[in-house]
Amino acid sequence: MKLRPDLAIIADHVPAGARVLDVGCGDGELMAALRDEKQVDARGLELDPANVAAAVGRGLSVVQGDADRDLADYPDQSFDYAILSQTLQTARRPDVVLDHLLRIGRRGFVSFPNFAQWRVRLSLLFGGRMPVTRQLPEQWYDTPNIHHVTVDDFRAMVAARGIAVEGAWFLSGERRTGSAGANLLAAHAVFLLRR
Amino acid sequence: MDERFGLARHVRLPGPLRLDGGGVLAPVEIAYETYGTLDSDGGNAVLICHALTGDQHVASAHPVTGKAGWWTRMVGEGRPIDPARHFVVCANVLGGCMGSSGPASVDPATGRPYAMHFPVLTVRDMVRAQAMLLDHLGIGVLRAVVGGSMGGMQALSWAATFPDRLRACVVIASAARHSAQNIAFHEVGRQAVMADPKWQAGDYYDTEPPAAGLAVARMAAHITYLSEAGLTEKFGRRLQAREAKSFGFDADFQVESYLRHQGISFVDRFDANSYLYITRAMDYFDLAEEHGGRLANAFRPSRARFCLVSFDTDWLYPTAESRAIVHALNAAGAPVSFVELSSPFGHDAFLLESPELNRVVDGFLRAGE
Repeated sequence: MKLRPDLAIIADHVPAGARVLDVGCGDGELMAALRDEKQVDARGLELDPANVAAAVGRGLSVVQGDADRDLADYPDQSFDYAILSQTLQTARRPDVVLDHLLRIGRRGFVSFPNFAQWRVRLSLLFGGRMPVTRQLPEQWYDTPNIHHVTVDDFRAMVAARGIAVEGAWFLSGERRTGSAGANLLAAHAVFLLRR
Repeated sequence: MDERFGLARHVRLPGPLRLDGGGVLAPVEIAYETYGTLDSDGGNAVLICHALTGDQHVASAHPVTGKAGWWTRMVGEGRPIDPARHFVVCANVLGGCMGSSGPASVDPATGRPYAMHFPVLTVRDMVRAQAMLLDHLGIGVLRAVVGGSMGGMQALSWAATFPDRLRACVVIASAARHSAQNIAFHEVGRQAVMADPKWQAGDYYDTEPPAAGLAVARMAAHITYLSEAGLTEKFGRRLQAREAKSFGFDADFQVESYLRHQGISFVDRFDANSYLYITRAMDYFDLAEEHGGRLANAFRPSRARFCLVSFDTDWLYPTAESRAIVHALNAAGAPVSFVELSSPFGHDAFLLESPELNRVVDGFLRAGE
């Protein structure tokens, strides 16, 4: 099975045998790939009970919970990597979640949709309404994305918090795009961070 | 044919079993059932732990009521725990009244039923007796221990007491300790039994049992097994077989009639003294207290995988209790899965048909096979 492009980047860069916490793990797609291909000891946290049931049904260790509330329960530095894929923008307090991520994991992967991509900008500029695009298909009132973040916003937040960026990857659909101009060109970003 | 295996088994083990309360039990009688075939390496054994008023008849007809086993939705052909690939063991708990040593058993010192001379037990005592049974059956390490409610407490106690003897632990609708509210409801039930003049300080085995008191205890407890929404949906304010209120104290309302039926049918199959002893054991249960006040310490030696399930309408052992266990397991570094399932049926949901529950337990067990 083919992984979602941002997950594929993360999977490529997690070393074999690592201990990984996947925050917002969905039905365990990434965890299963890491377990099966890299013998990773993966644990997950997921909000939706149907997704938890599906992940446990594939033999994964997944706890139902909320990144905003339940990350505080995890001990310091208990994982090699803590992963937050497409979840940052849905958190009530992304800054607090990010702090927990880098407290629990020695390193953290964060992937998120870039709200400054040109399609989104054009849609807002000419449409005058909150963008509904292929990457962001929900209406403003039912979207889980309650914190609209851009690549540059994220870079600024990370720099302000003294977090080191050890890697950054940018995607436009399935294709990788360069770091220069990513704030305009990338639909998704993946960052590897270390406190 | 090995006489140790099959339905309606009974063994008298010499003991002695040293109890948490300081006493000693000898001999130790255990009534149990097994389903399926034990692998030659003994690796496919699954222990099912029953709840307060459950018994060893997990998937066979009850000898008194004739009803099907109490967990046929979880145990049986095509079910998550399947005798086709598991060797299933379920034993009546110590203190019970279905053949294991309990207050109705004969005290070898006097030749009469123990009654209230039976030693007060803990959940850990129950678990130690189960371990003695497994020794007798030739089972070293269990593939899994599975239980709901008090059965879940036993499963947790298994992981803490015999960390090397189980590979997986399934805890459904349960808690790591009894809350003040849990103790309070049990105390109401016990006082109802003891207030019945027929109880006679527990010495009723030659006369009549305190049926009225035990029925009231069951009625009160039964309310805690259901949710308010479930009761409303099932009964509302509907009247029982009448057009109008009687302006008396008959069971005018369906919910009254239902509870009375639950109470009356319970006394036919359960010993009142057993009810006192088992509820006491549950009230004494506090797994953290047994491990220096930190629940995580209970799980540190464990190498088992854990799966916890709660139900959103269960107010007897609410989701927060399961989360506290998950928190401790995370702190201990144990592999743990947890899900809160949605059900209108309150605590009882764990006994009812639940495809989601079965999917979770099935997937969890298969991952270790």
